[in-house]
Amino acid sequence: MVTLTINGREIQVPPGTTILEACKMNGIEIPTLCHDEDLRLAGSCRMCIVEAKGRPLLVASCVTPAEQGMEIETESPAVVEARKVILELLLARHKLECHTCEKNGDCRLQDYCYKYGVKDSRFAEGGSPKYPITDPNPFIERDYEKCIMCTRCVRACEEITVARAINVQGRGHNAKIATVFDGNLADSPCVFCGQCVMVCPVGALSSKVSAGIGRPSDIDKRVLTTCTYCGTGCTLELNVKNNRVVGVSSNRDEEWSPVNKGALCVKGRFGWDFVNSPERLTAPLIKDNGEFREASWDEALDYIAEKLANIKTAYGPDAFAFFSSARATNEENYLAQKFTRAVMGTNNIDHCARL
Amino acid sequence: MANIKDIIARFSEKPGGLIEAYHALQKKYNYIPAEAIKEAAKIFGVSEAQAYGVATFYSYLSVKPRGKYIIRICESAPCHIAGADEVIKAFESELGIKTGETTPDGKFTFELTECVGQCQGSVVVTINGRPYLDVTPEKVPAILAEYS
Amino acid sequence: MIKEMRIVLRNADKIDPQNISDYIAAGGYKALEKARNMKPEDIISEVKKSNLRGRGGAGFNAGLKWSFVPQSETKYVVCNLDEGEPGTYKDRTIVEKDPHTLLEGMAICGHAIGSNKGFIYCRGEYPYIVEHLNHAIAQAKEEGVLGEFDIEVRMGGGAYVCGEETALIESIEGHRGEPRFKPPFPGVEGLWQKPTVVNNVETLANLPEIITRGAEWYSSIGSSTYPGTKVLTLSGDIVNKICIEVPTDTTIREVIYEFGGGIRGGKKLKAVQIGGTSGAFIPASMIDIPIDFDSMRNAGFTLGTGAVFVMDETRDIVDVVTRIAKFFEHESCGKCNPCREGTFRCYEIMKKINQGRASSDDLEKLQLLGRVMSKACLCGLGQAAPGPILTTLQHFRHEYERKLFLS
Repeated sequence: MVTLTINGREIQVPPGTTILEACKMNGIEIPTLCHDEDLRLAGSCRMCIVEAKGRPLLVASCVTPAEQGMEIETESPAVVEARKVILELLLARHKLECHTCEKNGDCRLQDYCYKYGVKDSRFAEGGSPKYPITDPNPFIERDYEKCIMCTRCVRACEEITVARAINVQGRGHNAKIATVFDGNLADSPCVFCGQCVMVCPVGALSSKVSAGIGRPSDIDKRVLTTCTYCGTGCTLELNVKNNRVVGVSSNRDEEWSPVNKGALCVKGRFGWDFVNSPERLTAPLIKDNGEFREASWDEALDYIAEKLANIKTAYGPDAFAFFSSARATNEENYLAQKFTRAVMGTNNIDHCARL
Repeated sequence: MANIKDIIARFSEKPGGLIEAYHALQKKYNYIPAEAIKEAAKIFGVSEAQAYGVATFYSYLSVKPRGKYIIRICESAPCHIAGADEVIKAFESELGIKTGETTPDGKFTFELTECVGQCQGSVVVTINGRPYLDVTPEKVPAILAEYS
Repeated sequence: MIKEMRIVLRNADKIDPQNISDYIAAGGYKALEKARNMKPEDIISEVKKSNLRGRGGAGFNAGLKWSFVPQSETKYVVCNLDEGEPGTYKDRTIVEKDPHTLLEGMAICGHAIGSNKGFIYCRGEYPYIVEHLNHAIAQAKEEGVLGEFDIEVRMGGGAYVCGEETALIESIEGHRGEPRFKPPFPGVEGLWQKPTVVNNVETLANLPEIITRGAEWYSSIGSSTYPGTKVLTLSGDIVNKICIEVPTDTTIREVIYEFGGGIRGGKKLKAVQIGGTSGAFIPASMIDIPIDFDSMRNAGFTLGTGAVFVMDETRDIVDVVTRIAKFFEHESCGKCNPCREGTFRCYEIMKKINQGRASSDDLEKLQLLGRVMSKACLCGLGQAAPGPILTTLQHFRHEYERKLFLS
């Protein structure tokens, strides 16, 4: 074990533990922007810097291993001064429209400005680069005037989804997250999984589907459930406000989300608006003379049973085939094949997941 | 296109040869064409976004077409105090373009650069990599005449 | 009259650099032969004892750096020829005049650390040096003097940050030249994750003579804690804009007035910036210190690359520093927040001061920004970028105050 002192407290951690992890294990909070446990380390936002006695430079706790005998101060005057200046520098390039921002109340930049009392930036008078919002895709809003260049989206795209649609382009203050030739996501290998939205710590990336109807901070509850789109069984959280689904968020806790650890596909993350759609059917419909009419469940089931029995009698069991859906549960799919084999007497059963 | 493929393929066995391939492409085209970025991504096994990210990182690489002769003037501190500003003005008026632009005939592109390591002879100008030392506004027409 | 002492530049202007037999006739590649008959650990301890310290700016003991390299099947020797510090042209001069002393030095390093592959990362501004080196390497291969040791030249693309060793490694790998966080240090995990020694041209070019003449000889030259010679390049308002090699106990005054021939046009010295564009501005009253690494550091300055940029009494310090701030704004890689945003804002504030639109608040802001950048940035670029601002605010504050709007 490695013994070190953090804020005057002696603690022990296993070798190879970073200072940030050591702090976390001991309940000491360190602000981070670029750090994400599921992604490779960047060490670039410099928010997690701490003071190590005897070292002239502040060290980034997320990438610095704890060493024997280290004496760390996590909120020394030099550390706080540096964090404040970094926040001011980020604010200077960040479009401040918190009142309409989808991430208001769920934004790391906002949280840390609050924590360190940074009201506004002394470095903003010269302005910042302007990036109009132009990407017309229906799912992901990309507002690079709010981007803080933490590159979590780039890493998530590379490491979780492996779509590798985006990267950093340009250099220095003009560096920007972009697809090849700085084009639209639809013209790139992007699959609109929204992992980038999941990891973005600010409002630079947000869901267009949820826009204006409920931000993460003002929803009533998050309902942990399983995605119904396919048989993978991804865990997701339905964001509910006034008893309506207003969005989907990720649960990245492996215990609760063992299959996908928060990662989703375009359907799971953005395809939830059908839940409250007024076009959803609420009763069975039977077509009479080319027109649909509402029917009771009893009438509808009797109608189907009669038709199926007629087919079987007139043309034999193999005239019938059942094509089942991945959106049905395992149990429902089991029943589908049981019905096809045992009741209808045919092996003509198939499933869309084979496609 | 076949040409682009051939140029990049020469470096395919070189680990990390992407930048070398870009240099070779620039030697021929004076910039890196879009299809070359896509092709290079394929050959070097990186994403197109990354290949583009590399091409836009280095100031000597360009993803936009440029002139046949690329004139660069150093404006780092030693050249700055030696009068780089005046030499810049002389080039601009002689070429009829501003820094960062290309002459309408596609012959010259005029760019600012940082130190090119010839500070014994500031102000320094390079044309397609060849350095000209102790450049003054008066010398500009004669330098350009070499390329007429 | 004090004289130069040439170790690195011992063959300069005496041999034809394009002709390997000239180098061999001058005793070249004998040191490598000697080194090959030594045990690797003995070479490392000899270099350690010589106290040869990195000539690229960091001043780390070269032998000590090599001794950290762990056992590994593949290791690399990387030569840093990315001298991007404005005012610096020493590595170009060394290679131009005597490329084989570098190749020999690299092969000695390779033998010491157990590597048979070297890379020279040459800045994109020197395409002719790439050709020059390739010619020298071809000749060395033909002569068979390098033995199993292979050297490949890679060209940069115009990015000052690639002079930082981990950014340089990223660039050789074909990536954006963004620095890595350390640890792991390149000596343990460098090029393609293999142990890699990155040394400056001048450091490596010292090796043949150290092996030939021994550590004792070398460590007795110049300053005791930073022995040997330093190659300096003079630029700015100085009579002789030349490249010189002097023992490290030579003072700045001697460099400017003895070797440099004094200030041009008979003017007085106002300031000298040493070590490149990130170096401190040293006022005329403080030039009696020796140029060695520690004396410079103790005085609050840096030796850096050994660039000596001289400004006469008529120069506008604020204007020059504004130009330097633009340099860093242009060269910041953009990876870490304090550098990407800080260099941009420093330039903005400097412009404001230079144009007479600033107040004393702006000076405070600069000071604060500089203090934070020098402690919080990811790599040496961002840490050093505020140096010229902070040292001129300290030594030439009146020049700033004179330009303030309210004064």
